[in-house]
Amino acid sequence: MALSYLRSSSSRSVNLLKPLSSSLPLRRPISTDTTPITVETSVPFTSHQCDAPSRSVETNPKELLTFFRDMALMRRMEIAADSLYKAKFIRGFCHLYDGQEAVAVGMEAAITKKDCIITAYRDHCTFIGRGGTLLEVFAELMGRQAGCSKGKGGSMHFYKKDSNFYGGHGIVGAQVPLGCGLAFAQKYSKDETVTFALYGDGAANQGQLFEALNISALWDLPAILVCENNHYGMGTAEWRAAKSPAYYKRGDYVPGLKVDGMDALAVKQACKFAKEHALKNGPIILEMDTYRYHGHSMSDPGSTYRTRDEISGVRQERDPIERIRKLILSHDLATEEELKDIEKEVRKEVDDTITQAKESPMPEPSKLFTNVYAKGLGVESFGADRKEVRATLP
Amino acid sequence: MLGIARQKMLEQSSKKIRPAVSMLRNYSSAAKEMTVRTALNSALDEEMSADSKVFLMGEEVGEYQGAYKITKGLLDKYGPERVLDTPITEAGFTGIAVGAAYYGLKPVVEFMTFNFSMQAIDHIINSAAKSNYMSAGQISVPIVFRGPNGAAAGVGAQHSQCYAAWYATCPGLKVLTPYNSEDARGLLKAAIRDPDPVVFLENELLYGESFPISDEVLDSSFCLPIGKAKIERKGKHVTIAAYSKMVGYSLKAAEILEKDGIDAEVINLRSIRPLDRSTINDSVRKTNRLVTVEEAFPQHGVGAEICACVVEESFAYLDAPVERIAGADVPMPYAANLERMAVPQVEDIVRAAKRACYRSVP
Repeated sequence: MALSYLRSSSSRSVNLLKPLSSSLPLRRPISTDTTPITVETSVPFTSHQCDAPSRSVETNPKELLTFFRDMALMRRMEIAADSLYKAKFIRGFCHLYDGQEAVAVGMEAAITKKDCIITAYRDHCTFIGRGGTLLEVFAELMGRQAGCSKGKGGSMHFYKKDSNFYGGHGIVGAQVPLGCGLAFAQKYSKDETVTFALYGDGAANQGQLFEALNISALWDLPAILVCENNHYGMGTAEWRAAKSPAYYKRGDYVPGLKVDGMDALAVKQACKFAKEHALKNGPIILEMDTYRYHGHSMSDPGSTYRTRDEISGVRQERDPIERIRKLILSHDLATEEELKDIEKEVRKEVDDTITQAKESPMPEPSKLFTNVYAKGLGVESFGADRKEVRATLP
Repeated sequence: MLGIARQKMLEQSSKKIRPAVSMLRNYSSAAKEMTVRTALNSALDEEMSADSKVFLMGEEVGEYQGAYKITKGLLDKYGPERVLDTPITEAGFTGIAVGAAYYGLKPVVEFMTFNFSMQAIDHIINSAAKSNYMSAGQISVPIVFRGPNGAAAGVGAQHSQCYAAWYATCPGLKVLTPYNSEDARGLLKAAIRDPDPVVFLENELLYGESFPISDEVLDSSFCLPIGKAKIERKGKHVTIAAYSKMVGYSLKAAEILEKDGIDAEVINLRSIRPLDRSTINDSVRKTNRLVTVEEAFPQHGVGAEICACVVEESFAYLDAPVERIAGADVPMPYAANLERMAVPQVEDIVRAAKRACYRSVP
């Protein structure tokens, strides 16, 4: 990894060489230093029908430490969800994102909350990236009132409309046309913003994706299709599902970029490039080469279709949090001790939030009948025994 | 290309709200009449004029002026940014429309017939109908899916199915079935203004039919309530509940029954979901006999739901078993004689009403 320092005449540049602990009065050692640092991505970008952006990414200590903390939080959250599921606090489906954190944080660093994101069911960390709270995540997973969908959605149905996060979708591939629809609406409203529609390598073969891509290209919609290629669609490896697993090329006439999805800075660079492209030229595909440590969901051990060596190999060589840790340490932005403290703090935050979430009550029975419609017109709805349970829809 | 030229012309001309009355210049000034087609077109026009978030999407809705000419003139008036011709990709464009509704726009999606909506049914049910509930009210979906539904004439098995019962099963959707021009105008305007996903089932054979229309209906603010049926004909001996084209058949059946001394009450359901159970039950409590009429396949249909509802709520008032008239339980045949047998005819409704009446206990 080639590193370079930008020479700056400001006195701030001197701080980079001093250990941070001596200048930190706060309980959290997050640097507020925004002196630019240039870092090279792990691998160059591969492009299809366009010119790849530069490998040199501009970042700063604050951003790198924020990446570290956010990804550590996401990692700890997903691992805690694993335990909660095994303890039967979480029911049904639970699709975990650990390993893929760099995509969520890198994307957020390149865009604003006015840009839209829509994804499938592996949505816990994407929700956090959009500004969702840990409490909203854990409470929703456990089906409690404090959840982001008030307990009525579950793991696959997180939404945060006020920061333009549109879910959270259980039907594989459906989110892609929906995302192109968001882009349509952004263009119709002249908002100068874009939509990122995320999907997996499994969904990449869905017909509706190509239907939506065709329309997006015809109508020049600011839609960015992001294939989070973790190489397995449930238990099926990409080469068994796709004749051509070069997902960034599958758009044919639509340009594409292949990105190291384990490198948060590469993700940031690619998303920034994609946003500029989409606003001027219409749709573009980003393929994020990433990996999930867990199986497809909690009912999948994840080791029947891939070897444990492969999983531990990726953890050794490509873990996104480790990459940022190495970057922070080599630039002397924090000490190992300080980073460990951040991880401890994050762990405590997660544990405390889980305790808090467990105290949130389950929804009131009357909530069975709310939100069926935005405008219920006072019509009647029924429970299982309609002579016993009836309600008027608000 | 043509669309861009039109857009430029549009920018130069000023837009006016054209009252629907101007379309009636060809009719006598004594009794105002309007075809269902014109009623739908005028409703779309007025709602697009009133709210810039409303836009149309579908196959041939723009330059072709609509496969059934329902959207005639709207591309010229509102331009290609608001009247969008789509490729023949229902799953894709329906998903796009639902996504636009998530963002806050108000799409009106046309299916050339509802048979093709099956290609997009996942988006109608899972992306549109359920979103408000799953998000606990964060994501409402103010979308209308409209188009011809049910049997036409000679179009065969794949182009003749009625989807009222299919869509009406799903909580989160509203399903409307206009019969005459007043229904068409009032219900379509209500559907477009409604913040929930509405499935608006028209009928191809009714498009060209003309109905009398009052000044109130012509007003641009005219709206009909969703979820309320209409008593088209008051009666006291038997209730006939129907929707869409079968309302017309039921009214004809009522005229024939009158000659035999049977005074039938005909209910135009207008809304399949929500179903106006109280109007149906009030009527049955008055007449004590019920015939349900639909063009659709009989099993698990609208008639079955109405029958169950009446048995549950008004059992003591029934003097005869509920009669059900429906399409034949076969895919729609092509040969004219077989097709006639596959769809309810007026004489079927008359016969069922007589059966319901002669079962009385003296």
